Amino acid sequence: MSQESAEVISATAGASARAARTRISPAGDRIFMFLLYASAWFVLAIVAALFLVLLQRSWPAIQTIGLGVFTQLWDPGGGHFGVLTFIYGTIVTSAIALLIAGPVGIGAALFLAELAPKRLATPVAMLIELLAAVPSVVYGIWGLFVLVPVIRMYIGPALQHTFGFLPLFQGPIYGVGMLAGGLILSIMVVPTVAAISRDVFEAVPNDQREGMLALGSTKWEMMTKAVLPYARSGVVGALVLGLGRALGEAMAVVMVIGNKPQIVASLFQPAYTMASVPANEFSEATGKVYISALIEVGLLLFIVSLLVNISARLLVWNASGRGRR
Amino acid sequence: MQAIQETQPGRPADASATRLEVKDLNAYYGKHLAVKGVNMQFEPGAITALIGPSGCGKSTLLRCLNRMHEVIPHAHVEGEVLLDGQNLYEPGVDPTDTRRRIGMVFQRPNPFPTMTIMDNVLAGVRLAGKPPGDATLEEISEKSLRRAALWDEVKDKLHKAGTSLSGGQQQRLCIARALAVDPEVLLMDEPASALDPISTVKIEELMRELRGAYTIIIVTHNMQQAARCSDYTGFMLAGEAATGELVEFDTTSKMFTTPKEKRTEDYITGRFG
Repeated sequence: MSQESAEVISATAGASARAARTRISPAGDRIFMFLLYASAWFVLAIVAALFLVLLQRSWPAIQTIGLGVFTQLWDPGGGHFGVLTFIYGTIVTSAIALLIAGPVGIGAALFLAELAPKRLATPVAMLIELLAAVPSVVYGIWGLFVLVPVIRMYIGPALQHTFGFLPLFQGPIYGVGMLAGGLILSIMVVPTVAAISRDVFEAVPNDQREGMLALGSTKWEMMTKAVLPYARSGVVGALVLGLGRALGEAMAVVMVIGNKPQIVASLFQPAYTMASVPANEFSEATGKVYISALIEVGLLLFIVSLLVNISARLLVWNASGRGRR
Repeated sequence: MQAIQETQPGRPADASATRLEVKDLNAYYGKHLAVKGVNMQFEPGAITALIGPSGCGKSTLLRCLNRMHEVIPHAHVEGEVLLDGQNLYEPGVDPTDTRRRIGMVFQRPNPFPTMTIMDNVLAGVRLAGKPPGDATLEEISEKSLRRAALWDEVKDKLHKAGTSLSGGQQQRLCIARALAVDPEVLLMDEPASALDPISTVKIEELMRELRGAYTIIIVTHNMQQAARCSDYTGFMLAGEAATGELVEFDTTSKMFTTPKEKRTEDYITGRFG
């Protein structure tokens, strides 16, 4: 089948390619095809191998702990390896990140795609994409030395003053904690959401905008009633990819979240996330089960990220399929 | 048919009160002068066709009439477009208001894909806030779909997606959407050029039915279509530096039998373009 389709492609390429086709030997075609297939399967093999190794290495922990992982107590010395506190920390920090980065990223993308003049939009879009490439440890250092003191002295007290009646904003303000983790993640997720959303908005056909404007809409109505609905599933895809980044981020979060396994309501309290536990404790882990349990945390995170990414791909795929029609 | 005789809420039943007039109009894309020195008066309630070869500026001229030209970056307009004597390009005139009074149908059918058929029809009405008169949204959508000769085909699936319809039906849906906001003038930019012959005939029949109730201005590259459907025809041609001008403007019968200009005759007899 592969050879057939290759022939069809070269046949439709036209007269100019016809001369070239006679020069490429069938053997060359087959070698090239083999290389392409090998590359594609190699990527799949890596994912499969990763999963298998994680499973194999965490097997001792899975056997010893069993369903005990789904408890709250993380006390490696005492043989307790409950990961619920990490799952909680991951969910809370990722939710904060998405709540802040979603509107900001989509807003920035709408501005760049719909409002900004081109000579402003192009450099700003490039800067945003550059932000996505900054190493996470740099964000972590900035978070530790700038964000944490600012939360301790300004943001925290202000939130407590205004929303202190909510359990979320009660208790002592350390600076390090879930709020710091969520905020640093939101800063890291904004470029992802903004860059992908911008691409999605730019893929919206112009006749959709003109159709709405010609009915007497303002520019704002055109964006909210024609552009956003058309781009809806693509934007959801951008958010889920951003969420994937937040779920998996270890380094920056380790540096600002306080690394204390507990489930508490207050965002000012330190916590721990699934990604930061292996990163933080691997070097000091003693004993077969302890190391194995850390790998099991990684396995759980791998599964969660995989599911999030698959759903994002499906959504983006749907969006572009509709754009083509 | 019966739909045309219904009186419309909010404005007089016949469109003869609404006059559309163009005075010394120049249209630019950046520094490029695309349409130069157009003067014309559109007969109220009649169908006026704008014909001419590709790139002669006929679509640009059409888009100047409801201030859609300026939507394109760096595009601007000089001169006057008068609707009932009011210059639409005077400072302080709201372009959204203008576009509500002068509806537009595009070359490619562009229903909103996330909306149902009914929501597509009502998209413009919902923008305006309150529906005109005391008609309910259901009444407005039924009336608009009847006027667009689409009601019988979609009345049982009003809550299906607008994009589930065929191309010709989608274009009539877009016409219904434009009519729902109760415009006085309807601009059509090659409304049938993306459609098959049968759908084209339906659009042309529909135009003839709407004649009298609306002032219709249609851009077409199809001379037969202009000859079949329109009362008046304007012929445009791009001259030096790709700047389009209105060469001749007269009743359709005169334009196609005894044009005054040699260039009109050459174009109509198929000698160029």
